[in-house]
Amino acid sequence: MNQSVTLSASANPREVPGDLAMWFFILAELLVFGVFFLAYGYARAHDPATFVAGQRQLALGVPTVNTLLLIAGSASVSAAVRAFVLDRQRTARRLLWLTVALGMGFVVLKCGEFAGKFAAGITLSSDTFWMFYLSLTFFHFLHVILGMVIIGAVAVYARDGRYRPGQLAGVETAAAYWHMVDLVWVVLFALVYVAR
Amino acid sequence: MSTSTTAVLDTPRGVEEHAATRLKYRSQAVAKPYFIAAIGLFFGQIVFGLIMGLQYVIGDFLFPEIPFNVARMVHTNLLIVWLLFGFMGAGYYLIPEESERELHSPKLAIITFWVFLVAGALTIVGYLSVPYATLAKLTHNEILPTMGREFLEQPTITKVGIVLVALSFLYNLSMTVLSGRKTSVSLVMMLGLWGLAIFFLFSFYNPTNLVLDKYFWWYVVHLWVEGVWELIMGAMLAFVLIKVTGVDREVVEKWLYVIIAMTLISGIIGTGHHYYWIGTPGYWQWWGSIFSAIEPIPFFMMTLFSFNMVNRRRREHPNKAAVLWALGTGVMAFLGAGVWGFLHTLAPVNYLTHGTQLTAAHGHMAFYGAYAMVVITMISYTMPKLRGREANSRGAQKLEMVSFWLMTLAMVAITLFLTAAGYVQVSLQRMGTTPMPFMVAQDHAATYYWLREASGVVFFIGLALYIISFFVKGKTDEAAH
Repeated sequence: MNQSVTLSASANPREVPGDLAMWFFILAELLVFGVFFLAYGYARAHDPATFVAGQRQLALGVPTVNTLLLIAGSASVSAAVRAFVLDRQRTARRLLWLTVALGMGFVVLKCGEFAGKFAAGITLSSDTFWMFYLSLTFFHFLHVILGMVIIGAVAVYARDGRYRPGQLAGVETAAAYWHMVDLVWVVLFALVYVAR
Repeated sequence: MSTSTTAVLDTPRGVEEHAATRLKYRSQAVAKPYFIAAIGLFFGQIVFGLIMGLQYVIGDFLFPEIPFNVARMVHTNLLIVWLLFGFMGAGYYLIPEESERELHSPKLAIITFWVFLVAGALTIVGYLSVPYATLAKLTHNEILPTMGREFLEQPTITKVGIVLVALSFLYNLSMTVLSGRKTSVSLVMMLGLWGLAIFFLFSFYNPTNLVLDKYFWWYVVHLWVEGVWELIMGAMLAFVLIKVTGVDREVVEKWLYVIIAMTLISGIIGTGHHYYWIGTPGYWQWWGSIFSAIEPIPFFMMTLFSFNMVNRRRREHPNKAAVLWALGTGVMAFLGAGVWGFLHTLAPVNYLTHGTQLTAAHGHMAFYGAYAMVVITMISYTMPKLRGREANSRGAQKLEMVSFWLMTLAMVAITLFLTAAGYVQVSLQRMGTTPMPFMVAQDHAATYYWLREASGVVFFIGLALYIISFFVKGKTDEAAH
C-alpha cells in the first residue's frame, strides 16, 4: 500500500484518517449536496410562500428521531474506531453492527415518511418545495444505504482481525464516509424541516 | 506494471518479428488494423468537416452532390465510427496485457474488424450515393424503423451489424478477462464497453410519441458520451499513464475509482440537461441543472490525475509524444467537456442557448479533447510497440508533437470562433424585442464561420502531419529508465 495514499491517523497525526481517495470522494459528495442546498436556497428566496406552505405540512417528530439515530450512529462508529485502536475486536465489531442497526432505524422511519407523502398524493411535480423535499431526502436516503453497506462490509471484513492498532485505514475510511452522511443530514434537517 | 517487460515469442517472421519482441502478448497485434482504420476514418471526418464548414458560408458549395445534411451526417457518423474503432483497438491491446494472457480469439477479432469496416464503408457510400429516403427504402427500414434520428441515422441493418460486432468484441474480451488477472483498469474498461453496447440497444426503440423518442434517444447519446465512454476514457488514460510513468498501480487505481464514481453520480441524472424543453416534467430543469453543474468535476479530476501521475513518474519513458497526448487529453477534456459544457448547462441559460453554435463549440472541443485525444494517446503509446519499437524516432516524435499543437490549437480556435458565432446568434435571434429570423442572424456570424473554416484548414494540416509522422524514419531513442 502506498504510504502517501493510505495512512492511518494513528500512524501520522498530520495525515487525514483513512484513505485519501475517500476524502476526495467525500469532498465531491459535499459539493454535490452543497450545490443542491444552494439551489434550494435560491428557489426558496424566489417563492417563499410555496416553501412555507409545504414546510407546514412536515411533522418534526420523526425527522428529529432520525437525526438522533444518525448522530448516535456517528458516535457508535467513532467508538468502534477507538475500540479497534485498543484492539478490542469484539466490542469494535459490535459497535459497527450497532451503527448499521441505527442506520436501519433511519431507513425504516424514512420509508414511513415517504409512504405518507405518496399516500397524500405528493409527487416531484406537486410544486418546487416538494420537488426539493423528495429529491434531497431521497438522494440522502441512498447515501445512508451506501453508508450502511460500507460499514457492514467493514464489520464482515473485521472478523479476520485485519483492523489492528496502526492498521485502521479501512475502518477509518468507512467511519469518515458515515460522518459525511450524518453531517449532510444535519444541514438538510435544518434547511428543509426546521428553517421556516 | 512499471516496467516495459518484453517477451520474445517463438516463431515470429518478418516485420512481425520486431512487433512480437515489443508486445507482451502476440495477440495484441490485432489492435493495429483497428488503429489504422480509426486514423483513416478520422481523416475522412475532417474532410467532410471542411466541406460543411464551407457550406456555412457558401451555401450551395457541392450542392446537390453533397447537401449540408448529408455532409453533417457523414461528419458525425465517421466521428463515432472511428472512435469505436479506436476503443476496440484499445480494448484488444489493453485487455490481454492487463489480464496477462493472450486474447481469447485473435481470429475472431480480425473477422470482426473486416465486418465492421465493410459495414461502415457501405453505410457511408449509401449516405453519399442515394437520397436518405431511398437508402431507408433499400434497407427496408419499414420492417423495424430506426432511421432518421441525429447520430443514429444508420440503416437498421447496419445497427444490427454494430450489435453483432459489439457482441463478438465483448465476448472476446470478457473471456480474456474472466480467465486472466482482473485489474481495476480492465474492469472499468469492460464496464464502459458493456455499457456502450447495452445503451446502444435503445437505438432500436423508436416510439411514435416524439417526447418519448427524444427521451430515450438521449439514453444512447448522453449516457454514451457523459457516462460509459468516460469510463472507457478513464481506463485508457490510466493504462497509458501506468505504462509511461511507472507510478504505482494502486495510486492510479484509486484515482480511477474516484473519477468513475463522480462520473456516474453527476452524469446519469445529468442527462436531465437534455430534458429541459422537450416536454418532460419541470423537475428535470432542477435535476439537470444541479447534477450537470457537477459534471466538470470528474474531468477536472482527470486533469489533476494526468499531471499528478506525470509529476510523480518513476521513469523517463522514451515516448514523449504519448505523454504529451495524455496530458493534453486531461486539459482539453476538462475545457471542452467541463468548462464549455457548464457554460450552457444551467436551465435559465440553456433556455436561450440550446441548439445554437454554442452547442457546436462545446461538441467540437469535448469530442476532440476527451475522446479523439484519448484514442490518439492510446495509438501514440501502442503503435510504436505494434511496429516493433519502444518509441518512435526523435524526428517522428517531433513531427507528432507539432501535429499535436497544430490540431489542439486549431480546435481551441474553432471552439472560440463558434462560441463567438453562438453569442451573435443568441443575441440577435433569441434576445431583444425584435429578434431576427434564423438565416438573417446567421449572416451576421459569417466572419466567425470563415475564421472557423481557416482554423479547420490548420487542423487538417495538423492531421496530415500526424499521419506523415508514421512514415518518418530515424534513430530510436530507447533510453528508458
